[in-house]
Amino acid sequence: MNTVDARGLLCPEPVVLAQKAIKGAPAEVTVLVDAVAAKENVTRFAKSRGYEVESSEENGEYSLKLTKK
Amino acid sequence: MLEYIRILSNFQVCLAIYKDVRFEKMKGIGKTYMLKKRNFWVILTGVVIGASAVLLTALGNPGNMGFCIACFIRDTAGAAKLHTAAVVQYVRPEIIGMIIGAMAIAMLSREFKPRGGSSPMTRFIIAVVVMIGALMFLGCPLRMMLRIGGGDLNAVVGLVGFIGGIFVGTLWLKGGFTLKRAYSQSLTEGVALPFAVVLIMVLSIAVPTLFAWSESGPGAAHAPVAIALIVGLLVGGLCQRSRFCTVAGNRDAMMFKDFSMLWGFLAVIVTTIVGNLITGSFHLSFADQPVAHTDGLWNFLGMALVGWGSVMLGGCPLRQLILAGEGNTDSAITVTGFFVGAAICHNFGLASSGAGPTTNGMIAVVAGFVVLTVIGLLNRERA
Repeated sequence: MNTVDARGLLCPEPVVLAQKAIKGAPAEVTVLVDAVAAKENVTRFAKSRGYEVESSEENGEYSLKLTKK
Repeated sequence: MLEYIRILSNFQVCLAIYKDVRFEKMKGIGKTYMLKKRNFWVILTGVVIGASAVLLTALGNPGNMGFCIACFIRDTAGAAKLHTAAVVQYVRPEIIGMIIGAMAIAMLSREFKPRGGSSPMTRFIIAVVVMIGALMFLGCPLRMMLRIGGGDLNAVVGLVGFIGGIFVGTLWLKGGFTLKRAYSQSLTEGVALPFAVVLIMVLSIAVPTLFAWSESGPGAAHAPVAIALIVGLLVGGLCQRSRFCTVAGNRDAMMFKDFSMLWGFLAVIVTTIVGNLITGSFHLSFADQPVAHTDGLWNFLGMALVGWGSVMLGGCPLRQLILAGEGNTDSAITVTGFFVGAAICHNFGLASSGAGPTTNGMIAVVAGFVVLTVIGLLNRERA
């Protein structure tokens, strides 16, 4: 499974990485972020590109599972 | 570009969404809830910023300068005698309020998180460059919007430069530009800048003789301290919630076709126009605008530099204040860079005045473009 580590990156870099990751329209991508703003931005971006987003939190870090609808 | 025009011409839709959001909020559910909730906060922030700016100007702040992150940091730097330009020395409570307001809300929502280490020195230098651009134009992107809202057509020229600069910045981002990761830091790191600005505020009230205070010029024009501070706290808190950023609106529209933040951008301008029409301070012209000059080329280039530099920094000067309040020490370094940059601008005659730009300022802006290019070239990561 494809995982993108965007922890510690300031927006819009997490979204840029997510954009690159879903370029080939994969069925599933995981994006790791560590800021609420980044989580919101990646989630909004993924939804606008037809992905379902499932997020889980651990120690202030978020794992966003993007699944193609 | 077409999308832009479409959005600009459809601002009335904005009000419809506004009502819709409140409805959605009552229901508390719905698939589009998250998107609209964001629009609600962004638009609310824009409206509050616009209305507060008109209010602060009516209460004494300089013309079209209800807020200006660049000018207010410059004034505060002057008050602390980092520079000695007698007309721009005043401790601006708005700046301090915004940092502390953002910090308070971030702490309440458990988003306060000290982190840093993402190329701090490079950020410091970019911040100095952004300040050189802002003081060439005479305002940060927020004041540019307020100037447009006051009918200052020079600011429209600035806006074109700003959008151009952001576009160049997005090309670098797409090409793999990065200032690398930030990591978790100690609490001391996170609260150092907020503590420092509170100290400045307290000292400026308790021992005013420590500071320099303008007797004439923009630095002598200000709203009452308490009101400025309260408005700053409110706006800072709102900006933290909404992630309001003058650069992000244009940047995200260009890169991801995400127009949500652009609503806030428009909300500020529309609210300011309406407010200024009510108070009778809307004057449509190039000439005789308050704290502005009419040199189109340098207004354009100044804001282009600000736009490009801000994309590299990950947010406009206002956003850097808010992030600094959230414990982001890279943004705290950036804000410190703004202070030093402002001092450099006035100590070396780089800042423009109502009379126009200076030769030194023109050389510095060109040098700024060179510096950003070099930083861009040296900080690329190939995918």
